[in-house]
Amino acid sequence: MKDEQTITAVQQRLLKSRQGKAKKNEFTGRFIVTVAAIIMIVATISITIFLATKGLQSFLVSGVSPIEFLTSTDWNPTADENPSFGAFPFIFGTLAVTFLSALIAGPIGIGGAIFMSEIAPSWGKKVLQPVIELLVGIPSVVYGFIGLTVLVPFMRNTFSGAQTGFSLLSGVIVLSVMILPTITSIATDAMISLPSNLRQGSYALGATRWQTIKKVLIPAAIPSLLTAIVLGMARAFGEALAVQMVIGNVRAIPDSILEPAATLTTIITLNMGHTTYGSVENNTLWSMGLVLLILSFIFILIIRYLSSRRKL
Amino acid sequence: MNSKVSDRIATGVFVLLASIIVLLLVSLFGYILVRGVPHISLDFLTTESSTVSAGGGIRDQLFNSFYVLFITMLITVPLGVCGGIYMAEYAKPGKLTNFIRSCIEMLASLPSIVVGMFGLLIFVNTFDWGYSIIGGALALTIFNIPTMVRVTEDSIRSVPGELKEASLALGITHWHTIKTVILPSAFPGILTGAILAAGRVFGEAAALLFTVGLSTPRLDYGNWNPFSEDSPLNLMRPAETLSVHIWATNTNGIIPDIDAVSAGASAILILSVLLFNLIARWLGSVIHKKYTASK
Repeated sequence: MKDEQTITAVQQRLLKSRQGKAKKNEFTGRFIVTVAAIIMIVATISITIFLATKGLQSFLVSGVSPIEFLTSTDWNPTADENPSFGAFPFIFGTLAVTFLSALIAGPIGIGGAIFMSEIAPSWGKKVLQPVIELLVGIPSVVYGFIGLTVLVPFMRNTFSGAQTGFSLLSGVIVLSVMILPTITSIATDAMISLPSNLRQGSYALGATRWQTIKKVLIPAAIPSLLTAIVLGMARAFGEALAVQMVIGNVRAIPDSILEPAATLTTIITLNMGHTTYGSVENNTLWSMGLVLLILSFIFILIIRYLSSRRKL
Repeated sequence: MNSKVSDRIATGVFVLLASIIVLLLVSLFGYILVRGVPHISLDFLTTESSTVSAGGGIRDQLFNSFYVLFITMLITVPLGVCGGIYMAEYAKPGKLTNFIRSCIEMLASLPSIVVGMFGLLIFVNTFDWGYSIIGGALALTIFNIPTMVRVTEDSIRSVPGELKEASLALGITHWHTIKTVILPSAFPGILTGAILAAGRVFGEAAALLFTVGLSTPRLDYGNWNPFSEDSPLNLMRPAETLSVHIWATNTNGIIPDIDAVSAGASAILILSVLLFNLIARWLGSVIHKKYTASK
């Protein structure tokens, strides 16, 4: 009898101590993962705050007019008298390469996605999926290097309008290739997640595959397809090195797509290293960084809006 | 036009578009490998790079790339996995969770050059570390963390709910369940994702330009003391990585064999990315088989 009592007491004690330890572990675990989540919040907020403060310095401290910065086409920060800080050509360049590359990569990417989901669902995905993953993996400097050694000479020899080969078009082509996998993979997910009764219903009505794709599937998937393109554009406008290597980096707005241009990222890349930290020119580079940050906010808002319109 | 004819034409167009994508990959890889592989030799991999004369190698850059990658993953993986566990297991639907999701989304869509500028502002200038490996690794962490969180969250969510419920029903606490039941089942997915993310980090350059710098001090590979100035393991030294080297030689390099060096280095980068991809696939399937006993 007495033995039994001791055993139960021991059991109780063991059970209790294990419970206490488990509770402590539970707390520690929860604490660690919560800290990880807080770190992400802190990182985001500090990036926003630090870059915003630094980016506004050229307007608040150095006295550059924000209107001039955003609208003037005159960029001459190193002039001895009256240096001018008009960043509009670079903003224009950024928007131009972003939209033009989406215009090229969008149709190809969505076409590839439809091929994978509708034309050859069995083997098409098996072939294209790894291809796309590898394309995503190619580092941007490698794209830039190929652009520099293949595309630029090709441009120079093919088009009489492109004297050096460094041109807006070269940048657009390099970027199109870079954002193609992003667009294709998201568009594929969108097409595959469409309910199959849409297809079956359309085929049952006697529609051909193309009619089904054009009249039923694409309209149903349009918000997701647009999201794919916008995500591609979000990747395009922030790309720096590959574009910098092929676009030519001049400070004027190009007259045609065969002429060299510059984007916000390429100017930052080129000049950040050899301007004095804290100088007016250096500060305007930080303002361009802030413009990039704001652009990426805008892209997030567009994506949010598109995904709220997704009905299916 | 006859609807059957237009269907044929449309099919042809889609096949064409898909073949463009495949052709693109084949020609890009083919070009880099054909141009670059002849330049790869043991000599190329083991000599120092040169700033003025031909015949320089990529020894230091190659080491720096792997070292920066290693340090980055050392910080990113624990942080990202913990963040993913939080999002999958502890986050309650509500304003806070939505806010964290927005933060992750924002970090994910930041242009890498903006991350580099943030690194320059905080690590290089404010903390006064100068160009350093640790600064670069932290910048890459910012850039990499959203991927790691998403991969972890997705892998945890794809673990069958019965496993978790059975464990909780046995009286195991939530954290212990996560540690002993959920994480092991989610492990193959997390590992594959981490290796693919590593491939991305390996090729990243824009975020590193302003954080690890464009130079490498003279290194003494016999010196393993991480606090010594010329030790390759020193975290506070500048370290030009392979991708930064390709960019720098092409933009402002003056060596006569720019093309050879960049082609060789590009081929190394591409081959590494390919290797990362293959390892990720292979390990993923091996571990999946081992854990699920399926074929």
